[in-house]
Amino acid sequence: MTTKVLICLYENEVCPRFDLTREVLIAVIDRDAAVLKEKEVVLPQASLEMLCQMILTEGIQVVICGGIEEEYYQYLKWKNVKVLDSVIGDCKLVLQRLVQGRLKSGDILVE
Amino acid sequence: MPDEMNSDPLPHEMGALDLSMALPFIIDELPLGIIVMDCERRAILLNRGMEALTGFDRKETGTIACRHIVRGDFCLEKCPVLSMSQDSGMMCVEGNIVNRERQKIPVRVTFAPIRDSQGHHIGFFETFEDIRALGSQAGKKSGAYTFGQLVGRSPQMEQIYRFLPMIAQSNSSVLLTGETGTGKDLVAEAIHHESSRAKGAFIKVNCGALPATLLESELFGHQKGAFTGAVENKPGRFRLAHNGTLFLAEIGDLPLSLQVKLLTFLDDRVVHPLGSTKGFLCDVRVIAATHRNLEQMVREGTFREDLLFRLNVVRMQVPPLRERRDDVQLLLDHFLQTFVTKFKKPTRGFSADALQILLSYHYPGNVRELKNIVEYASNVCQQNQILAEHLPAYLTNPIPPEQPPVHTVVMGSVPPLTHPEENGENPDRAAMERKIIIDAILKTREEKKDESEWPVIERKMIVDAIVKTQGRLNKAAAVLGWSRSKLYRKIHQYGIET
Repeated sequence: MTTKVLICLYENEVCPRFDLTREVLIAVIDRDAAVLKEKEVVLPQASLEMLCQMILTEGIQVVICGGIEEEYYQYLKWKNVKVLDSVIGDCKLVLQRLVQGRLKSGDILVE
Repeated sequence: MPDEMNSDPLPHEMGALDLSMALPFIIDELPLGIIVMDCERRAILLNRGMEALTGFDRKETGTIACRHIVRGDFCLEKCPVLSMSQDSGMMCVEGNIVNRERQKIPVRVTFAPIRDSQGHHIGFFETFEDIRALGSQAGKKSGAYTFGQLVGRSPQMEQIYRFLPMIAQSNSSVLLTGETGTGKDLVAEAIHHESSRAKGAFIKVNCGALPATLLESELFGHQKGAFTGAVENKPGRFRLAHNGTLFLAEIGDLPLSLQVKLLTFLDDRVVHPLGSTKGFLCDVRVIAATHRNLEQMVREGTFREDLLFRLNVVRMQVPPLRERRDDVQLLLDHFLQTFVTKFKKPTRGFSADALQILLSYHYPGNVRELKNIVEYASNVCQQNQILAEHLPAYLTNPIPPEQPPVHTVVMGSVPPLTHPEENGENPDRAAMERKIIIDAILKTREEKKDESEWPVIERKMIVDAIVKTQGRLNKAAAVLGWSRSKLYRKIHQYGIET
């Protein structure tokens, strides 16, 4: 059983705003706490439409981001995408925490 | 003489006022969001206004980069702080932030550098002004059928538009009732932005979202050490809403224990955080909303009558969409315009078929459902017009409604009580039906009780005694251990023929 995750990036951190995301990390993780695949995608521009379309076409199951507006949160939720928002921290650390099953909305992971 | 004056110690040097210690308390009282940063743009101090605006607690933010707390549209690409030169003064920008409540808030931000006594640059500070109130006023001027974020031109909505400014001018508690999805929270926000408290915070709390113990701490705050895990003082939502408005959504779900505490607050306006011996006088306007029938809850004993009386100062019923059919077309166009602009779609309107379906639908989820339908259609449609095929399937191929379960009244059992709105029933009618069923059960139980309890047994005892003594009442009285007069009285009472 694998899970496809998308992390909104800003430099090496989780992007503070979902709608201003220009770069994403897409990872496939499995139940044995391993990251099977990772790829970074640079978007041509910050576009909510493009980002939502990518999330749906890529079959993303979990989205990790910073601030997101309620309507996009509800839209993704409606499309069966789990959104962990208001997450702050380095993306590797965040991914590690997710793999361990310990990541939740609002987590602040600062070393 | 000037030299003498200059040699006088300043008040803080005398120990009367230590500014460095007092600074957090001073900025807490300012009606703006303030954040102080070091040269690396890490947040080192947030005031209470900033906590209310962003939803972040200063204790949990530590020294993280300010962009993660502010989350403004100006933070990532064109942070104004980066463009500030060594000797530049303050600068002001307008933009928006997304807070932890997932709201996008338009703000006016002022940035200024902080320098030490030698003029060295040691940090920055930013002040944030919530300009939603200005936006709503601009919208009100430009839109003929809108008030704040409310849209509608039906007589019911016009009545609400007439009432809102009057209600906003007072400080009275407001109780908003209405079905789910009718826009009670928008009405509450409109009241806040129209009132003199518009510059203060508008804090929203969903009373049904948290368990009683957490909700108490969330609303009223707690003192460090009040309970296990209370490692820091927490101000609570009432305190954050000081000089502003506190919106209590789903007040019907507020636990009874907290109802008492809210009642006390509404009486004396003093907040007592958990574990604290001191109260805080809080100037907050309370707006409560619920989709439940509070009068019914009072009768059932799940809501305090005295709290209802205190909240029910100004009551406003937000009408369901089915009662303002005139607004459906307007709302469809409004939301279509909103989403088309947002998603950058070429769609310009609805086809006749799609419009027919949308206008004839009954919208049990009210405006929220209508908005979601338009959003869905705007996403799916890639053409100039939204066609019937772009609408959600349940509109074009309606699923037959489930038959409501038939409640058979079985002795000693109470039928399951379904929520009236789940079946789309009128709440009053549903409540009346429920009462009739409960009364029937109690009556049946009563009848059963009559058969088996004391008067029946006593009558049987008397008859048995008379039969046993072959109609001799003196002996029957002796058998029963009664006086003769008592036996006569009982025979008369039960109508026994001797």
